[in-house]
Order: sequence, then C-alpha cells, then structure tokens
Amino acid sequence: MQRDAMIDATGLTKQFADFTAVDHISVRVERGESFGFLGPNGAGKTSTMRMIGCISERDNGHLTVLGMEPANQGAAIRARLGVIPQEDTLDLELTVADNIVIYGRYFGLDRAQIKQRADELLEFVQLADRRDDRVDVLSGGMRRRLMIARALVNQPELILLDEPTTGLDPQARHLVWERLYRLKRDGATLVLTTHYMDEAEQLCDRLVIMDEGRIVAEGSPRSLIDQHSTRDVVELRFADEHAQQLAVSLLETVGQRREVLADRVLIYSNDGDADVERLSAVGIHPESLLVRRSTLEDVFLKLTGRSLDE
Amino acid sequence: MAAPPVLRVVEHQAYVFKSFWRGTLFAYVLNPLLYLGALGFGLGALITQNQGEVDGLPYVEFVAPGLMAAAAMMAAAGDSLWPIMAGTKWLRVFHAMVATPIAPRDVYTGTVIWTSLRAGMGAIVFLAVAAALGAIPSIWGVVAIPSAALTAAAFAAVLSAYAATQETDLRFTVIMRLGIMPLFLLSGTFFPISQLPDGLQALAWLSPLWHGVELCRASTTGTLALVDIVHVAVLAGVVLCGWLWGTRTFAAKLAP
Repeated sequence: MQRDAMIDATGLTKQFADFTAVDHISVRVERGESFGFLGPNGAGKTSTMRMIGCISERDNGHLTVLGMEPANQGAAIRARLGVIPQEDTLDLELTVADNIVIYGRYFGLDRAQIKQRADELLEFVQLADRRDDRVDVLSGGMRRRLMIARALVNQPELILLDEPTTGLDPQARHLVWERLYRLKRDGATLVLTTHYMDEAEQLCDRLVIMDEGRIVAEGSPRSLIDQHSTRDVVELRFADEHAQQLAVSLLETVGQRREVLADRVLIYSNDGDADVERLSAVGIHPESLLVRRSTLEDVFLKLTGRSLDE
Repeated sequence: MAAPPVLRVVEHQAYVFKSFWRGTLFAYVLNPLLYLGALGFGLGALITQNQGEVDGLPYVEFVAPGLMAAAAMMAAAGDSLWPIMAGTKWLRVFHAMVATPIAPRDVYTGTVIWTSLRAGMGAIVFLAVAAALGAIPSIWGVVAIPSAALTAAAFAAVLSAYAATQETDLRFTVIMRLGIMPLFLLSGTFFPISQLPDGLQALAWLSPLWHGVELCRASTTGTLALVDIVHVAVLAGVVLCGWLWGTRTFAAKLAP
C-alpha cells in the first residue's frame, strides 16, 4: 500500500434488501486532499459515507480508513474522524457550549480540556457570542456551523461532511463554505458529498461523479469539464414547445453538441459568442439567450442524461 | 483510561437531565402524596372499616410498595418509548453518538441503565414520602429501591428495544393503554392476585410488574425470604431478553 492513504476502497459495495445502494466503487483519498462525491439524491453517497465513517458495515469489497480495517477497528477509526451528517443531530435543549462538551465526552476527552477547546471552536465558526444560548433558538445556518465545530472537538485527521449545506439559504451556505475552505487551507483532509455542482467546484480538489451506486467519472472539477464538456454553453429558451421543436431541427450545424431539455435547449460550443452569431444566420430567434461556461452540471448531464437535482 | 462508552451514554442522559430535574422533583413528591393519600388512606380507611387487613397488612402498607413498583414501571415506559424515538428519529442524538467511538449497543445499554437509575431516584423519593406517612413498617424497605430500579430495567430493556423498530410513535399510545395500564391495575398492585379469576391469576405471574411488586412488598414489610430470588431471576431474565433484542434493533436502526 502507498503511504498516507486516508481512505482506500476497492470494489466497495452496500446492499439493502432489494437494491444495491453502492455498487463496487473504488476511491483513494490522500492526506490533505479535499475530495468530493457529487451526485443526485439516491446515488449512494450517504451509504458510502456511512461505510467510510465506520457506522455501517460494507457488504463487499476492500476498505481501509486511516490505514485501519473498519470491520474490527471501527471505534479506533471513529475516534480520529470528524463526522458531520446530513441532518443535524444536536441536543436542542442544551446550550451551544454544552453540545460541544458532551460530544467531546463521547470521545472520552477530559472535560476541562474540552471546555477550553470549545471556546476556540466557537470562535472559529463565529458562534462565540451564542455559547450560552440553547440550540433550539439558533437558525439553520448556525446549527450547521455548530455541527462543524462539534465534529472538530477531537482534532480529527479526516473530516466527513454529508451534504454540508443542503437546506441552507445562500448567505448561510457561503459562511459554511468559507469556514470549510479555511479548514482545507490549513491542511485538513475533507471528504464531502453534495448534489450542488457549485459546492463541488468550490471545495473539491478532486471528485467522483456518482450515479445509481456507481462512479461514472473521476478527476478535478476543471479536468472533468475539459474532458466531458465544451468551453461554453449557449442556453436557449423558446416561446413554446412548437417553436423549440422547430429550432432544434435547424440547430444541427451549430455548436459541437446539443441537449434538448423540457424547458430549454443547450448548445455545447467551443466559442459561444461565435455560435450565437450563427443562430440568426440559420433563422433561429429564441425568446431568451444566455452564454455561460460549462459546469459540472453539464458533465453530469452528458454522462447520465439527467440533471443533478432531478 | 477513559470511561467505557456505555458510561458516556449515561453521562449524556444525566447532562440533559441536569437541565430540567427541578421540574421533575415536584412530580416525584406529588405522585406518592396523591396516590397514598387517595388510595392508602382514603380507600384504605374504608377497607379497614369493612374488612380489616389485606393479606395481613393495613391497606396503606399493602398498597404503598405496589404503587412504588408501578411508579417505576410507568417511569420506565415513559422514558423508553418517546425519548427513544427522539434519539433515533426526531432529534437524532443517537446518530451523533454512533459517529464517535460509541457503538449502537452502547447507546442501547446506556439508555436502559439511565432509565433504571432515574426510576431508582424516583423510588428513593417515593420511599421517603411513604415512610414519612407511616406506610413503610420495616427498615428492609430500602431494598425496595433496587427492586423498583430492577422492575424499571425490565420494562426499559424491552420497550426501548421495541421503540427502535418503529418509524412513528403511533403505536406507543396503544402500548400504554393496552399493555401498561392493565399491568398497572392487575399485577397485585392494589389487591392480591388471589382475588383475580383463576385464568387471570396465572397471567399475573407472567407480568414483570407482579414480580416487582412482590419484591417491593417483601422489602417494605420486612418479609424478604430466599424464595424471593425467583422474582429477581424473572426480572433479570426479562432484562436479558430485552438486551438481546435491543442490541440488535439499535444496530439495525443506527448502523444500517
């Protein structure tokens, strides 16, 4: 085995009664990396995270986390992980600070030590002024930041985040991203799942795209886009279905590739502006038009034929 | 070496309890006062006038240990249904625990231990109030405290295991009404089970509460005998069965 693999999985599989949630996936995460699982709901991301977090057992394949075997060293591995699950798991009736103290006690940490660390952590997630408030009065974004602070109480070597900003408003999301970015900059190893392509692009050095329990692509956000999409995308919207159908038949020579969606047509193009000019030449007059750069969303659409939030 | 994981779960429960214990103290004191006042003295006076003693005891001395065991059962049932649902589904705090070195079986065992301890605390208050009212004739009454806690453990072990199999709390009310209430009324709490029709009497022997009541009554009346070990064995057997079940249901729920 190469040195410093934080996670090393081959053929990792999770089976539930009548379906395969995770189907023979292989991933390797190195120390200091920020790694993502991108995919729609039901792709098997959470089941994968539970196996990596040594919460549920795998049904097949090989897995080591921090160089250890989850099947018999689960507790020792979990002692060195920081886990932030998708849904908050806070004690609502306790104060912000007490939530960190009691969580630190789960790791068997010394109470005085935790209290001191709790103050630093609350400072880090910008909740220091709320330390004595009960959790049930906090907003969703504050609770999420408390979840992050709490998961850092044992100074984890590997931080697992399952959908870290799902359900948060844009401002709260940016605050969480900014804190996670700082952790990453300070050398933490982050592994996260998300179905937001912007989250994956912001936070991940490298990611895999998952669909129906399998990995369909792997690489850095940039390389995935370069490999599977064009530089630009022209988005066209038409007045009605009929106009869209008519336009599609005329579009065949425009751009590298076209995707026809229910409400719009995407033209994958290496030079968006040039292709926009060609539109009127072939007699297409869309109701609205937008030229943008390709994103991971486009990569996902190309690889699976569906969009991420479907 | 740090405390074993089970104790960290108990510590969590105690930590949460610390934030609201004052509110429960009042109920702990009021409950025995009301029950012993109404039944032990109110109804008891009537019984004494008409019949004299029940099983050779003034009624208040007969009913006090029964109520004590029943209160432990009620506390355990209340703490083992909805709070378990809160831990697994509503607030999901049990999911936070199993992401740390704590395992699902520790969560189960720790919560059952805590529920039994809390019922034991209730039993201490109950015994003190009952003794102050003159319903506890023997110093052996202190043994009724661990007896009540063991009774609570039997119910907590089984009901917590069950609660972790449920997705909603719809059936919990049914369990309270059709399971816990009949046991409360018919387990030798208020009258000796020899008063029950023959078929029902055999059923009462199956009631864990009856074994708890018998233990508490033998304690508070100072008539503990070696044969009472049978009650301890039955209750311990129920705890063990619950544990075998609950360690599985908690693992299935928390670590699918």
